[in-house]
Amino acid sequence: MTVQIRNSIRFLLNHRPVELSTVSPVQTLLDFLRLDRSLRGTKEGCAEGDCGACTVLVGRLLDGRLKYESVNACIRFVGSLDGCHVVTVDCLAAPGGPLHPVQQAMVDTHASQCGFCTPGFVMSLYGLWMENPKPSVEEIEKALQGNLCRCTGYAAIIRAAEAISTIGDLGRDPLVLERETIGQKLAALKDDKRVVIGEGVERFVLPASVSDLADIYEAEPGARIVAGSTDVGLWVTKLMRDISPVIHLSHLDEFRRITVDESGVTLGAGVSYTDSFPIITEHFPQLTELWNRIGGQQVRNMGTIGGNIANGSPIGDTPPALIALGATVVLRKGRQSRIAQLERFFIEYGKQDRQPGEFVEAVRIPFLDENARYAVYKITKRLDEDISAVCGAFHVTFDDDGKVADAVIAYGGMAGTPKRAEKTEAVLKGADWNEASIEAAMDALGSDYAPLTDWRASADYRLLVAKNLLRRFYLETEGAEPVRLDRKTRRAV
Amino acid sequence: MNVMQPIDRIRGGVHEKQRHESGHKHVTGTAEYIDDIPEPAGTLHAYLGLSERAHAEILSIDFEAVKSTPGVIGVLTAADIPGENDISPAHRHDDPVFATTKVEFHGQPIFAVIAETRDAARRAAAKVKIEYKDLPHVTDVMEAGAADYPLVIDPLRLERGDIAVGFAKSKNIVEGEMRIGGQDHFYLEGHISFAIPGEDDEITLYSSTQHPSETQHMVCQVLGVASNAVTVNVRRMGGAFGGKETQANLFAAVAALAAKTYGRAVKIRPDRDDDMTSTGKRHDFHVGYKIGFDDAGRIEAVDAVFSARCGFSADLSGPVTDRALFHADNCYFYPHVRLRSRPLKTNTVSNTAFRGFGGPQGMVGGERMIEEVAYALGKDPLAIRKLNFYGGEGSNLTPYHQTVEDNIIGRIIEELETSSNYAARREEVLAFNRKSRIIKRGIALTPVKFGISFTKTEYNQAGALVHVYSDGSIHLNHGGTEMGQGLYTKVAQVVADEFQVDLDRIKVTATTTGKVPNTSATAASSGSDLNGMAAANAAQQIKARLVTFAAERWGVSENDVAFEPNTIRVGADRMPFSDFIRMAYGARIQLSAAGFYKTPKIHWNRSEGRGRPFFYYAYGASCSEVSVDTLTGEYQVDRTDVLHDVGKSLNPALDIGQVEGAFVQGMGWLTTEELWWDAKGRLRTHAPSTYKIPLASDRPRIFNVKLAEWSVNREETIRHSKAVGEPPFMLPISVLEAISMAAASVAEYRIPPRIDAPATPERVLLAVERLRRAAKNG
Repeated sequence: MTVQIRNSIRFLLNHRPVELSTVSPVQTLLDFLRLDRSLRGTKEGCAEGDCGACTVLVGRLLDGRLKYESVNACIRFVGSLDGCHVVTVDCLAAPGGPLHPVQQAMVDTHASQCGFCTPGFVMSLYGLWMENPKPSVEEIEKALQGNLCRCTGYAAIIRAAEAISTIGDLGRDPLVLERETIGQKLAALKDDKRVVIGEGVERFVLPASVSDLADIYEAEPGARIVAGSTDVGLWVTKLMRDISPVIHLSHLDEFRRITVDESGVTLGAGVSYTDSFPIITEHFPQLTELWNRIGGQQVRNMGTIGGNIANGSPIGDTPPALIALGATVVLRKGRQSRIAQLERFFIEYGKQDRQPGEFVEAVRIPFLDENARYAVYKITKRLDEDISAVCGAFHVTFDDDGKVADAVIAYGGMAGTPKRAEKTEAVLKGADWNEASIEAAMDALGSDYAPLTDWRASADYRLLVAKNLLRRFYLETEGAEPVRLDRKTRRAV
Repeated sequence: MNVMQPIDRIRGGVHEKQRHESGHKHVTGTAEYIDDIPEPAGTLHAYLGLSERAHAEILSIDFEAVKSTPGVIGVLTAADIPGENDISPAHRHDDPVFATTKVEFHGQPIFAVIAETRDAARRAAAKVKIEYKDLPHVTDVMEAGAADYPLVIDPLRLERGDIAVGFAKSKNIVEGEMRIGGQDHFYLEGHISFAIPGEDDEITLYSSTQHPSETQHMVCQVLGVASNAVTVNVRRMGGAFGGKETQANLFAAVAALAAKTYGRAVKIRPDRDDDMTSTGKRHDFHVGYKIGFDDAGRIEAVDAVFSARCGFSADLSGPVTDRALFHADNCYFYPHVRLRSRPLKTNTVSNTAFRGFGGPQGMVGGERMIEEVAYALGKDPLAIRKLNFYGGEGSNLTPYHQTVEDNIIGRIIEELETSSNYAARREEVLAFNRKSRIIKRGIALTPVKFGISFTKTEYNQAGALVHVYSDGSIHLNHGGTEMGQGLYTKVAQVVADEFQVDLDRIKVTATTTGKVPNTSATAASSGSDLNGMAAANAAQQIKARLVTFAAERWGVSENDVAFEPNTIRVGADRMPFSDFIRMAYGARIQLSAAGFYKTPKIHWNRSEGRGRPFFYYAYGASCSEVSVDTLTGEYQVDRTDVLHDVGKSLNPALDIGQVEGAFVQGMGWLTTEELWWDAKGRLRTHAPSTYKIPLASDRPRIFNVKLAEWSVNREETIRHSKAVGEPPFMLPISVLEAISMAAASVAEYRIPPRIDAPATPERVLLAVERLRRAAKNG
């Protein structure tokens, strides 16, 4: 079958359609808005997806449903926007017209000081409001994990978020009222063609399908696959690396499928953290905290589990947790697919078990046995939106005598790759589940890992906390008393 | 004349909760920051080339690859500077725009690339080839001392009484040391300057600066032109916190130099990482202390040395380290005291102003000493604090010989102790810790006393310009800059109150050196104190003329002319303000005035360490309770109660915002914000991915913030308000102390916890381990 080719990308920007036939593969949405379109309400704070000043909403159709999500315009490539609706702060209130309820709430509660982060907060809160008109404080905090404010101390912003529903009616919001029309416009942009922009090395491609992706990548294994661009975006904005030719895959609906069967969950490699949250936390409630603490909301909306695995970070947000669960990856090259154990996929720092032209197609996570105990702990300097100093994942099953039948323990941040603690596991296997065994296992950890000192933690702390996490896991299985901070927000007294 | 009914009050006068004048523009993205200004055709972009060595001689520079990058117009180095290659705000000639033969920190600017686009300039700058000869470098303050690195400026010594006598009669003496980390400002809008060349030697500059006059002077010094050639404008900054007091000058100078060189508008905006690498931060300190006290916990003598990592040049390190000493007493009377500063040179970026300006580091050192006394005696630290508060005659003299005349800390503490239920909650915490094996709690209630005024006396002056137009609308301009704190709003409220007109009649315009000259930095919390008074003075001059006019015109006594809400009353008659103004214009009354203010009473002799550097003090206190996980060192702030003194608030809504914001920013400094240099002298925490300022979820889980509504500044400040920018930054010392208490619980509170700042989870866990070992061994 010949694939039809289109040489332009098409999307909606606020109220207008945009069609571009010349776009650099490294053109960010933020620079496009500010420099090409003079839409300067959206600000650049960090250019690495950590501060949220550039937050905009991107609406996309997935299985016919139009959903708006907050994203970081600074690390989102324009090339990935085909078929999307980009909504910026500039269009929320008509010039001279009344403020949008989110904006009015922010003004009423004195929630802006210097005002530079404010458009980003407005957009994050708008995104939240559309999905959840009366959020709890925890839900507000979660939606704002990717937005930094240096002036207010956030209290006023939380008050604003709580006040929105008393000021405005979501049913009268323009994006809600026009949802059907916008959905139709976006559907009309989808033509299932391969999109190719540019020539030679200055080129990016949006495959028409996963099999088209397989063909393209097999033919051009030097191309850079970009999914959520939460990591690759920084290669461009910070390292000024040349990444083209680029193959985007975030537009591929079939890559965003989640399937559940009797033995486990399979996530397409393009599934975002946000998309996977309901299914993951339903079947693996132990992963809820980890999922809630990966990046900020914008990064979770963009970032994919497949990308997280394929880029092979030594820390890895999800790999330690998934390794301990015995996850596998489906690797595809051309028409061939193979399945690999996730832990074997990470060979050493910067090197994965991936052949030229081969890409991660899916991740499969088997369910836990009924008698298994499993937990993941992420240790960071700051609670939210921080990269682990250490991430420990523990999976233990017991035999009928209560002895350890099997133990799978994996850590991130302790070596050049997310890595299993094999010597520690060996100490535990067959042992009684008691303090003495745990202390023996804690001692063994020192022979499994020789961590590094860096700005996130010293080697001493890493090893100490890695050991203590094993103790925490044991204490939690015993259930005697709380061994974790409860992290709940309470009302003012 | 019309007969009008009087109305009660104007909208938006002083003491009212008034919205930020730009709030509606912030939320719509229409508030214009410098990068949002539409560029004139032909605008060029500059980007700095930075040193990749911490300390080295420059042997050669090869710009070939830079210059051959498409879009590059040229490269500027020190050789292209027509004036002086120096922007030292201390006038010590130690702060070059571009390094020449030697680099003294990793990230020091060496050259600038000018190109058609920012992207081209930035990419080109990275292509330079520089040959260095490495020299030994020192980044750590104590290593600098050990390596006999010089001081960047003369140190200060404050002395009162006789410490030899004090220690001799002390029944207990404790010595110790503490490290206090620095802090990056992390203003959300990074540094930026935009220069437009004009006729002759003129330059119009838009600079994100807290100190437009100094920026003007530095640019003139670099260009070799008189001050009247350069006009610096700033409508607003996207945050500053001290980071744009002197640090904006570099970018302004480069933009202006490039604009003059190429005859085109030039903008410069570093990437966040380069901003954090190449601009100064809060000083890290090492405090060495010795404290003598009696068995009750009454302090007899204090001897302390405050060593600061100043970086490669003086910048503001002199006054910063001075202010550390000025606040090492916090609220406590030291009968015999000696405090010394050691402003040490290091091969790091030159540290600079940051909210509190050394005061927080001094105060943290002072509170550490209180903690030592409490743990040595096994007492509640709050009891030790109260025992040592400044009191009346004989116990009200500071180490710098200023008498504390306005002390209200007793009442603040008493009210907060009650409202936070401190005593009962402390008992609950102690009981909880006896039962809980892993999670431990801590609670602390700490006071703040912060001195208000620039210690450089000449900075305590301000100007304002007020125009009343013939339609009755008012144009207000003053020397203060808006960085989010709401200064423009507060000063406009003052002017509204003076004229008794609604606030919406007044437009505050961008700060510019062309309207109000010779201004001071908007710093030292002084913005509304100084500029509010200057604006009031301008309004009063116009009012005086209007009163004279009305008395003559209607033949009444001047006492019978009054400014009532939106109305002028002349005798028994009233007329609308705008009608009256039109008549005054018709009578050729001057409706414009330049106002001026200088702070009274203050004086300071640095060489003697004596004087009255501060006009008054602002007070506050906070009580924080935390939970600490003793397996990981993770913690959370469960509850904080704040009671803070802003005198009679000009705008309680904005003041609450300042207190809440300062608290969280100060908490970040003391907890998760860590600057980390590697062995090569590179700052590795130079972006939000690695440098962690607080998020919404980090703020205290219960956060009760109140102003001391009964407080009235006893000095003649603007409407008897007090400054609010810096003082609340030190409130979260209670968080550090509460974390320390939780850690100390593992050793039954018998061993001083001595947790350095920032108290990262790592430092907390390592302290817990240390305390456990000490308890086992001791």
